[in-house]
This record gives sequence, structure tokens and C-alpha cells, in this order.
Amino acid sequence: MATHEVTFPITDEAEILKLRAGDEVTVQGHIIGIRDRTQIRIFDEGVEPPMDLRGAFLLHTAPGVRKVGDKYEPVCIGTTTSARMVRFTEPLGAQYGVRAICGKGGFPDEAIEPMRALGMIYFAIVGGAAALETTQIEEIEEVAWEELMPECLWKFRVRDFGPLTVGIDAHGNSLYHDVQAAAHEKLKELYARL
Amino acid sequence: MSTVATDIQQAVEDAAAHLYVWALKDIPQDLRDALAEAKDRETSIPGKRVLETIVRNVEIADSNSNLVCQDTGIAVYTCRVGEDFPLHPARIYEALKAGTERATLEHPLRSNAVHTLTRENTGPNTGYRLPIVHWEFISGWDGLDVKCVPKGSGSENMSFLKMCVPADGVNGIKKFVLESIVESGGKPCPPGIVGVGIGGSADYAMYLAKEAIARPIGTRNHDPHVAKLEEELYELLNETGIGPMGLGGDVTVLNCHIEHADTHMTLNPVAVNYQCWAARRASAHVAADGSVDFDREA
Repeated sequence: MATHEVTFPITDEAEILKLRAGDEVTVQGHIIGIRDRTQIRIFDEGVEPPMDLRGAFLLHTAPGVRKVGDKYEPVCIGTTTSARMVRFTEPLGAQYGVRAICGKGGFPDEAIEPMRALGMIYFAIVGGAAALETTQIEEIEEVAWEELMPECLWKFRVRDFGPLTVGIDAHGNSLYHDVQAAAHEKLKELYARL
Repeated sequence: MSTVATDIQQAVEDAAAHLYVWALKDIPQDLRDALAEAKDRETSIPGKRVLETIVRNVEIADSNSNLVCQDTGIAVYTCRVGEDFPLHPARIYEALKAGTERATLEHPLRSNAVHTLTRENTGPNTGYRLPIVHWEFISGWDGLDVKCVPKGSGSENMSFLKMCVPADGVNGIKKFVLESIVESGGKPCPPGIVGVGIGGSADYAMYLAKEAIARPIGTRNHDPHVAKLEEELYELLNETGIGPMGLGGDVTVLNCHIEHADTHMTLNPVAVNYQCWAARRASAHVAADGSVDFDREA
């Protein structure tokens, strides 16, 4: 299990292909905050997102912020459960060129094939570790769709964002799939013992 | 009497405002100890990485006076009201609601409350029937105990109810809890506290499961039959290998708490309510004269 540092947005696909399920990754550069309502607006209501998502790293978040003048400042920024939003994986990659989705709790198996086909990664963050995550966000650079507060489209500049674990890689491997398969085998053994 | 009541109402409101923020920032010592112990015990590489990050995060929340987790949850209060406490529960509810709103606006805290159909925000973590308050009334006493449990959605979404039949027995209960936690995977931010409610009725079993997650970690049910089941489930759950954040490992749960009620001869309800690793809770005791003691470990 290797460790890597990756800067987003990426332009070279090799940056994604070198990552393997279980690897530890620290992220630099810019990441985009997105959540349920943001993606419902893009895909179910057909509204074009006013930010470039090519090569992007998306974070499943609804940040706690305060407004100072024209700017939003972080109060507490953490990450939400990804599984609710799995159906957006394929169109995010195919239509907008998104390369990484980061959240907590993992994606179910239906994300494995689109991520393999489109060269995408699922990064697992430590859910609930928002006090740490907030210190890694240097600035909230842009906010679009403020009327969806806090489920807007957010652009954050980050430093040393992580540690993240590659949960699903672009080669068809998923830690979540492996853990679930092993747990179901284990359950059979535990039930036999009851 | 009205002057006294108003002062006490203010005291309860102030206590609620303090409890909500305190619970979000400063997790109890028993939980800190359990997380540190889990970090030392975990052998999987991603699992250990997760637990080291969690412990570091709790320290950063302390030093930066920030929230441990961004999910300020829905505010859930448990009140034990003495029959001679000089403020009616209707006014206690008003005070808890006002305290929740004040804490949300003054900090500021993220407001999560929405109408369940329109999804429009309903207020500063308040709305119709929010916050949620559970009541217990105590005869021959003049005090009020308030416990605030901000409940995050990641773990609350992992709630399960099954009306087992009597013939399913204790093994039926064990299987349902195991299956629920495996199905939850990494979604509820493991390792946390698995709350189980058994007996009573469908609604009461889930209420009991919520009571169970709010207990100090590792405390055992007063009934030895139930306490034995808590121990057995705790060990079985940690054999599933789900691990920290569902990435695989030795520590899937920090503990398993069960609350029970006697039930109908043909019922065997089992409810599971998960509490994430950031198992936030904070308590206060309000005396009849309006003085307040905050209790870190209750």
C-alpha cells in the first residue's frame, strides 16, 4: 500500500491510474464541494454547472460557513455519506470529465464499472474528522448556487488534504466490495456458531 | 410564582444552548478512552490510519475550539423531570427549543432542519416537532436532568427495525443486529456504538435503541440476561471485519448497548440505532432553585 501526493485538477490520466485500492493519498490544489441537491440540479433538472469540472476532485460536503463581507469563511467543513449519490458517478465522469470523488462510507458496487471505464477514483476520507479537514482548507475561492445553501457548488483551495484512502481504483478494485464479501462469508460462520 | 418560573425557564434555555455546543466540541472522556484503545488494538493499515486520524481530529477540535464533526445533527434531548420541579414540561420544551436556536445562530452552527416533504429549511435547527425531546417523569423529586444528544444523519440513516417472532428467539435478535451492521458498512462512521432496543412495541423498541446509544460507553444493562447479550453481540460484531470507516479491520464497533422492555407474548421486536464514533452527548442537572451543574460523564 503506497503513499502518494496528487494535485487537482489533473490533466494527465497517469496520475489516476497509478493509484491502487488501499493506497494513502494527500491532495493539493483545488477541490469542488458538491452534495445531493447540487447534483439533482445538474442531472435531474438539467442545469449546467457554472464551474469547470474537467479533471476535478469532488468532495461530498455541505460546509458550515460564515459570511464576512463578500466572502465565505470556513467554520467547520466535513464530509457526508457518499452512497446516497452513487447514481451520479457515470454522468459526472462521462459528461463533465470528473476524475475523483471523495466522501465517506464508500460507494456500492455499481460505481466500480463506470470508474474503471472512465478512469475515476473514489477516495475515502475519515468521516466526522471535520476539525482536521477544516484546517486543510486554505480558502473558499468560489460559491455558485448560493440559494441551495449549504448544498451549493463550492470551490476550495486545499493544502495537504487527507489522509485519504483509495477506496475504489480505476482498475476495477473496491475495498468496499472486498470487505462486504469477506463479511458475508464470516456471517455464515458466525450464524453456524450461534 | 411567575417570576421564579421565568428565571428557571431562562436557566433551562441557557443550559440547552450550552449543552448543544459543548456536546459538539468536547466529546466525553469515556469515548476518548475507547477511541485511543481502538487505535492501539487495530491491526489493518487503513483501519489504523482512520483511528489515528480520528484521535488527531479530536485533539484539533480541542485546540481550535472547533466542532468535532460538521454534522450538527438533529438536537435530541432526554429530560428526567421531577414531579416537584417548578417549571411545567411545556415551558421546558420552549426553553430547549429557544436554547437550540440561540446556539445555532450565535456560534453559528450549520442548520440542518428542513420540512420533510418540501426540503425547505425550517429554522436554526428547529422546526415542527424539532428539537426532539424524550420525557421521563420522576416522583418525589424536584430536579431536572437534561441530556443533549446531537444525532448525525450518517448514523441515523443506519436504523433498522425487525418484528422477529418469538420462535426466532435470542439468535434471531443476534442475526438481525449482525446483518444490520454488515449492511451498514462504512456509512455510519464506524467504529461507533450500536444501540439495540428489544421488546415493548415497534415504536418503543426504536426509542429504546436511541436510549441505548446515549449511555456512557461500555456500561451494562441492569438485567443480567440483557447484559450477557450485550457482551456477546459486542464480540460477534467485531468479528465481522467491517472495520473503521468500513475499510476493513478489527474494530467495527466501540461497544453494543441494549435497552429492553417487557413485551407481548407473541412479539419479539428488535430495533437497531447506530451512533457514529463521534458519539456526542452532554448533560446538565437543573435544581429547583434554577442553579445548573454540568455533568461531563452522565
